[in-house]
Amino acid sequence: MKKSGGILIFILVLAIVGPWLSPHDYVSTNFDSILKSPTISGGHLFGTDILGRDLFVRTMLGIRVTLLVAIVASLVSLVIGVTYGAVAGYVGGRVDAVMMRAVDTLYALPFIFFVILLMVAFERNFLLIFVAIGAINWLDMARIVRGQTLSLREREFVDAARLTGVSTARIIFRHIAPNLLGIVIVYVTLTIPQAILVESFLSFLGLGVQEPKTSLGALVDAGVNQMEGASWMLLIPAALLALILMSFNFLGDALRDFFDARQSR
Amino acid sequence: MTLLEVNDLTVQYGDDVVVDGVSFSVSCGESVGMVGESGSGKSQTALSLLGLLPANASTSGSILFDGEELMNKTSKQLDAVRAVRVGFVFQDPMQALNPYLRIGKQLRQILLQHGPATRDMADARVAEMLKRVGLPDVERQLRAFPHELSGGMRQRVMIASALICEPDLLIADEPTTALDVTVQAQILDLLEELRDDTALLLITHDLGIVAGRCERLLVFEAGRLVESGATTAVFAAPDNDHTRKLLAAAKRIDRGEILKPADGKTVLGVEGASVSYRDTSKMRLHAVTDVSLSLREGETLAIVGESGSGKSSLVRAMLGLIPMRAGRVVYAGESLEGPVQSRATAQRKDLQLVFQDPVSALNPQMRVAALVGESLLVHEPNLSKEQRSEQVIAILNKVGLDESYLRRFPHQLSGGQAQRIAIARALILMPKILICDEAVAALDGSVREQVLDLLRELQRESGLSTIFISHDLAVVRSMGHRVAVMYLGRLIEVAETSDLFSSPRHPYTRALLDASPVPDPLVAPIAAPLMGEIPSPLSPPSGCVFHPRCEFAENDCSQDRPSLRSVGGSRVACHRADEVELSYSRMPSSPTKNE
Repeated sequence: MKKSGGILIFILVLAIVGPWLSPHDYVSTNFDSILKSPTISGGHLFGTDILGRDLFVRTMLGIRVTLLVAIVASLVSLVIGVTYGAVAGYVGGRVDAVMMRAVDTLYALPFIFFVILLMVAFERNFLLIFVAIGAINWLDMARIVRGQTLSLREREFVDAARLTGVSTARIIFRHIAPNLLGIVIVYVTLTIPQAILVESFLSFLGLGVQEPKTSLGALVDAGVNQMEGASWMLLIPAALLALILMSFNFLGDALRDFFDARQSR
Repeated sequence: MTLLEVNDLTVQYGDDVVVDGVSFSVSCGESVGMVGESGSGKSQTALSLLGLLPANASTSGSILFDGEELMNKTSKQLDAVRAVRVGFVFQDPMQALNPYLRIGKQLRQILLQHGPATRDMADARVAEMLKRVGLPDVERQLRAFPHELSGGMRQRVMIASALICEPDLLIADEPTTALDVTVQAQILDLLEELRDDTALLLITHDLGIVAGRCERLLVFEAGRLVESGATTAVFAAPDNDHTRKLLAAAKRIDRGEILKPADGKTVLGVEGASVSYRDTSKMRLHAVTDVSLSLREGETLAIVGESGSGKSSLVRAMLGLIPMRAGRVVYAGESLEGPVQSRATAQRKDLQLVFQDPVSALNPQMRVAALVGESLLVHEPNLSKEQRSEQVIAILNKVGLDESYLRRFPHQLSGGQAQRIAIARALILMPKILICDEAVAALDGSVREQVLDLLRELQRESGLSTIFISHDLAVVRSMGHRVAVMYLGRLIEVAETSDLFSSPRHPYTRALLDASPVPDPLVAPIAAPLMGEIPSPLSPPSGCVFHPRCEFAENDCSQDRPSLRSVGGSRVACHRADEVELSYSRMPSSPTKNE
């Protein structure tokens, strides 16, 4: 947990501070230094792209955008998913059935089709990416939270709370929610890489962020086109993307172990 | 001749020593009991004999089995000993049998694995073995999956699988702990009958089981073997303090003080209560049928019965945790209706419940201070933070804990401490009625005694009325003023404790008494008093629900359903209660051949 957390914090700090320390910015083109390979002396740590833009700065920007999309989308899915799932699980009965059938219906929509429709209808828009990814991820979250709530509701400590006169709202927030926390936190750390992948995928298809802004996925896309002459354009963002994804996955696993250990004796 | 000789056996996980220099031996054909509280290392010792410990355990010492050193053998080498020369019966057969294999195939594989047997020979042997362990309709059971059998039948299959290769040593690890007391008696009889000249190593926490059935005893405490000797000698004159403590904590159903009946007025009554559940196939499961009971002020009413008898469902319905299909609950002259949330705050406050398993009854994410003090927020909202914490500390002191526990989480408590916290939580509202649902079943002997003492003391001090649910008659004898016996959701006998234990009126009550083991080697165990197991509540027998297992059943019994009526001082639901003379066979008043 410490290692993966440390790597993530390091990358985050670098992505925020890095562009300030560089003399270049992410927009300016420079046709004198097109496709320069990475060197320390030349001033382009990660090299330059086909328009002569500094790739270090662009990669840092890409990390910012990617992490922002991932974290905001995960938070969106967290808020919607936990509320929806906990209500469905605790109320139960017919309400539960209707709410969960709605989730099933949404599940059946083909995702890419859905995103393309959004893009066509509302033009390309940064905000839409959050909406699109969040709209997919909360379904899983709602299902997981509902399942947990269903089993927690039957636990004896909930009965004990009911007997001592604790109100329903307090039971949900004080008794059920804290016991959901472990699994929800773990699940969020696992949805973040999922959101990163989806964003990269959309950007790769050209449906994501727009030039001159960029994300890791868009950088990889650009890198693929120049793969033969300028392999660094692909390798550096791809390696960073992989590193971030693995760190989140390891962090999620470690958190799950941590919460499991606390729950059991 | 010595069959097994263990010398200086040590098992540790990292720095955690769970078995510490244990040495003992078992002779051919001998039966040896290993007793101790949970965590004393008895199971770890037994598992290490066959190399069944998890990979992170490290063992040292020597294990000589029939002259052969088993320590440090590979799993493959040990296969020649496992099952063939040493059979193993585990506590929970549902865990030990493969749920995806039919019984017949599972047992056949053991034979095919270990011998030159052909398939047909193996099948014949399996069928013979299952017949010997008393499985009815063997042809059909061969094709059954483990989950299709009842708990007792599963354990019989487990015993068949352990004995099928005719081992020299049978190790049984808490073989009856998961079973009801009448089934326990059957299984113990079966072990005794089948083992012939096979040596038996019987691991248990229950001194009553080893008392009449083992020749020698090994007493464990915290990983050490603290005493060993002939059973009669150990019981008569224990050498060790811990053994004395264990013996003192072992309750007997045949002697000991019985509480005088309480004569307060009725505080809580339930009339004609029925509870049913709908299972997935829309069948109605009748958990409780037409039960009427009353609880007097300052009284402890014990409810006994085997699992599935509806004890828990009854009290849960009374408390409003589950819906009651028919009947009503009367508390202090007022009718209690609806689910617990809709009841008046004052009524909720007066009835509190202590659950069986304190670990699942305490929210793992809350500290003791919050767990115990939470209900004060609801019922005494005007208290300041300091007053609240004062009250919490006061109640903790009352249950024998101090304020150092306030900041602990439930997983930082031992079983006994957790149960005290659960009792404190129930008592902080000063309820009039405390319901204990198997409140001591999960606790070790000595801890159980402390909790029982606590409950008795609280009752003396504050005149609390208690409903005490238990399957353990020895505990009931020492706790209850009156006893209600339930079978398959019906009340079959209600009597004062002294009457019930000396002259039970219902054949089932008598069977429960006879089946309860007595921790005294001088009292020979009675052969299993009852055959079969409790039927499914989905399709209860016609007439008297007990008639298929009753030795006194006549034609009437399978047609008319008996209702409770007064016989002697008791109320009993049995057609033949006047005709049949029953008495508890081991009562001092009727000296028997056992003495």
